Amino acid sequence: MKPALVVRDLSRVFDVSAPLLNRLIERKPKTLLRAVDGISFEVPQGGCLSLVGESGCGKSTVARLVTGLYRPTDGKIEFSLGDSGDRIQAHMIFQDPYASLNPRWRVRDIIAEPIRELGLRDGESATRARVDELLGIVGLSPRDAEKFPHEFSGGQRQRISIARALAGEPKFLVCDEPTSALDVSVQAQILNLMRSLQDAFGLTYLFISHDLSVVRHMSDRIAVMYLGRIVEEADTEALFDNPLHPYTRLLLQTIPDIEAPRPDVAPATGEVPSPLKPPPGCTFHPRCPEADDRCKRQVPEVLDAGHGRRVACHRVAEMLERNGISALSA
Amino acid sequence: MPDTLTDSPSTTAANTAKPVLSVRNLSVSFPGRRGTLKALDDISFDLAPGEILGMVGESGAGKSMTGLAVQRLLEPPGQISGGEVHLLGQRIDQLPETQMERLRGKQIGAVFQDPLTSLNPLFTVGHQISETIRVHLGGSRRAAMDQARELLRRVGIPSPDERVDHYPHQFSGGMRQRVVIALALAAQPRLIIADEPTTALDVSIQAQIMSLLRRLCDETGVAMLLVTHDMGVIAQTADRIAVMYAGRLIELAPVHEVLRQPRHPYTRGLIGAIPALRKRVPRLTQIDGSMPRLDSIPQGCAFNPRCPEAGPRCRTHRPELSATPAGKVACWLNDGGVA
Amino acid sequence: MTLRVDGEPVLTRPSRLARMRDSDLWYSFVTHRGAVVGACLLFALIAAAFAAPLIAPQNVYDSAQLQLMNARVPPIWLEGGRWPFILGTDIQGRDVLSGILYGSRTSILIAVSAVVLSLVIGVLVGLAAGFFGGIIDNLLMRFADVLLSIPTILLAILASAVAMDMLPSSWRALGAAGVIVFAITLSNWVQYARIVRAQTSVERRKEYVEAARLLRVSPRRIMLRHILPNTLTPVLVAATLSFGMAILAEATLSFLGVGMPASLPSLGTLIRIGNNYLFSGLWWIVLFPVLQLSLLVIAINLVGDWLRDALNPKLR
Repeated sequence: MKPALVVRDLSRVFDVSAPLLNRLIERKPKTLLRAVDGISFEVPQGGCLSLVGESGCGKSTVARLVTGLYRPTDGKIEFSLGDSGDRIQAHMIFQDPYASLNPRWRVRDIIAEPIRELGLRDGESATRARVDELLGIVGLSPRDAEKFPHEFSGGQRQRISIARALAGEPKFLVCDEPTSALDVSVQAQILNLMRSLQDAFGLTYLFISHDLSVVRHMSDRIAVMYLGRIVEEADTEALFDNPLHPYTRLLLQTIPDIEAPRPDVAPATGEVPSPLKPPPGCTFHPRCPEADDRCKRQVPEVLDAGHGRRVACHRVAEMLERNGISALSA
Repeated sequence: MPDTLTDSPSTTAANTAKPVLSVRNLSVSFPGRRGTLKALDDISFDLAPGEILGMVGESGAGKSMTGLAVQRLLEPPGQISGGEVHLLGQRIDQLPETQMERLRGKQIGAVFQDPLTSLNPLFTVGHQISETIRVHLGGSRRAAMDQARELLRRVGIPSPDERVDHYPHQFSGGMRQRVVIALALAAQPRLIIADEPTTALDVSIQAQIMSLLRRLCDETGVAMLLVTHDMGVIAQTADRIAVMYAGRLIELAPVHEVLRQPRHPYTRGLIGAIPALRKRVPRLTQIDGSMPRLDSIPQGCAFNPRCPEAGPRCRTHRPELSATPAGKVACWLNDGGVA
Repeated sequence: MTLRVDGEPVLTRPSRLARMRDSDLWYSFVTHRGAVVGACLLFALIAAAFAAPLIAPQNVYDSAQLQLMNARVPPIWLEGGRWPFILGTDIQGRDVLSGILYGSRTSILIAVSAVVLSLVIGVLVGLAAGFFGGIIDNLLMRFADVLLSIPTILLAILASAVAMDMLPSSWRALGAAGVIVFAITLSNWVQYARIVRAQTSVERRKEYVEAARLLRVSPRRIMLRHILPNTLTPVLVAATLSFGMAILAEATLSFLGVGMPASLPSLGTLIRIGNNYLFSGLWWIVLFPVLQLSLLVIAINLVGDWLRDALNPKLR
């Protein structure tokens, strides 16, 4: 089966320069921010690929490129979801349950907007029935349709947001940190709901998060991003069992593990550099314990490490050359 | 029930030393037009020197409110409506505001979620730290500046000799939070109240800051009330956990005890709701429903409508905190009880 | 698939009136003494002004009702005062109270028109500038800055001179009203545009707007249906407060003679006329219109101040 989404060499550059007049007076060049820098990935039908990384790594930009909110500077985004035509391919669940619902609209109108805009139902009564049905699907009641968003808690708002996304009858959902603003117990409710919706409607997810434990729970495959590039991509289990890229290892090390707290382990040092001035060569080299001269000069290629794994790291590449693919499974 | 009020600290150090902070039956209420809301209801706990007490709970459970009440920084109309707060044996909940103000910089340091709220953008960080030192501890300008450099070095800021002359905006988020911690430590306080100190930071930075706080508490013997919604942060850093629910303290025990064997059904749900790192489960344990609003807290145990194990007694009578082998829990099921 | 509903008690929805009386806004209103006094006063003044044809002793537009024998009558509580001229009459025998009632109506109508017109222009310009940003934003807002640098009164005098010259005499009264509305609007809309622009550039980045853009909803619909309702609160507060300013501006222009003619007086016209007799001992001709003007502006500002505080999320 063809993958639901294929992304090839996707780039997005933002012009974050000062206004023209200031630039002329201060004689400064244009400031360009490469938020996403030539990334490629595929999401299989009915699967869930997660993009993880720290703030500024470009994962939210990828979400907005895939949904068409931003235009790519370069590269291709191809959906193959069977019946397509002009339909909008990917709908989205947003991060902030407060900003993602219009405070002046009733819940009924919020959920009905995709139905009305895309002409999915004929007539007002069919639309109403569909909204009531959607509310039921996300675990709210039709009574809630007449209320305003401020009458709901964060978790309930996120349910409304999910109902709105489902209203567009998508096959593909982009979830941009859907639980990062929620309390843990509510997060579990939403994650469970999203899992059961995936099974019930055969949805494909592109899941964006900074929280590796959430990502592990939700996804089949994980792509780790650092400063606009994918540094490692692998199946979830493989990534957690045997992380190859030093940055993936750092990320895994820093998640607080409530089952086995390790207060004595010294945490990694350094911080993510500004994406406006990324370091040359491998952008991770200033924080990498294994970096050498080559890492400072040369950008590592993304290479196939077998078993569907892809890594962009000189060290891993050297190891592969010496010992072959078998060396990696150790 | 005097025996439910005495604490059972975990560490040996805590057993010998007098508590830095001692909170007894603290209540905070907000009088409003539709009656008085109780934001904190009968909270009691002790904090020993060098100890980190992690306070968890959902938003609105009252964990931040506890930190604010101890510092007497409640926003009106909120007020302490009952109980006592003792700092180093001195009762502080009734001190006049002028004395309280002196106490706040000197004995109690504060670290908030957003480092920018604690720093003045118009002064260099060295100036801010050394001024704090001079106000509370006296000494010459030069000596204070030397101490500021030393503090910056201790909180892990590279090349502190240059950095003292930098302004807050020249620091990155993680470094800024380090500066705030240095500022909180400047007057050599005995208690630090850290309210979500790492929530605004990236995961890799979060681990750095938490290990820094842990090290500082061990080295200096300063006690810390760590308020956070993140059980992982507490597991990594704290000595004991205090679980809050709807303005009440429902479980208080050493970290490893709570993680190994949570006594309260809510704590169990909270821990079960965190996706595990080691194994993948098809469904997370979820606590249905949401925490009640302060104006509609149910009778009996506040958790009873969501509790899978609730019995008739839970709906009518409120359980008090009572002793368990390692800590305390407010649940009728404790100690072989019947709900 | 087990999907549980968050536990919430079944509530019957109360009626609209009951909900309004239960709302925080209503509560803050009834507990704010200034707002209650202001609102009652404002209601009374506006009601009296619009009921002028019914309650005024005299129709001031009907010159046949003016009789010179009734001229210079002092207020009723002074010696020589007589019914029905409660606040006295001017030198043409026009009843001062009737003049005030009719004049208030004219003043209020002009101020309302000016504020509504400014609102429409300001909100549309602000929406467009804030939503599209970039060059459109720069052009619109710099144009607004230029307008603000032209003195309103000078502009009104100029416009009035042109209009009076071009219009036939029967249209002059209406032309004068139009000139005032135009002059006030010209300087007034900019503040609304600024407020709406600032609010819009915040709102358009919010995720609910992204959700609509994802559905390819047209920019016009996003602006009008999504963003506009979220920018209105601060604008309406500003409009309430500037309604008082508009009444004062109208009075100023009419006082200077570029406004309403004596045959169709506004409060400003009455004050201008009365001002001529201030030193002839006929103080009541000018004092009572001035009092009315002050009362009106004070009442509006009381309500506006309360509204500003009640709707300011930072003060709540």
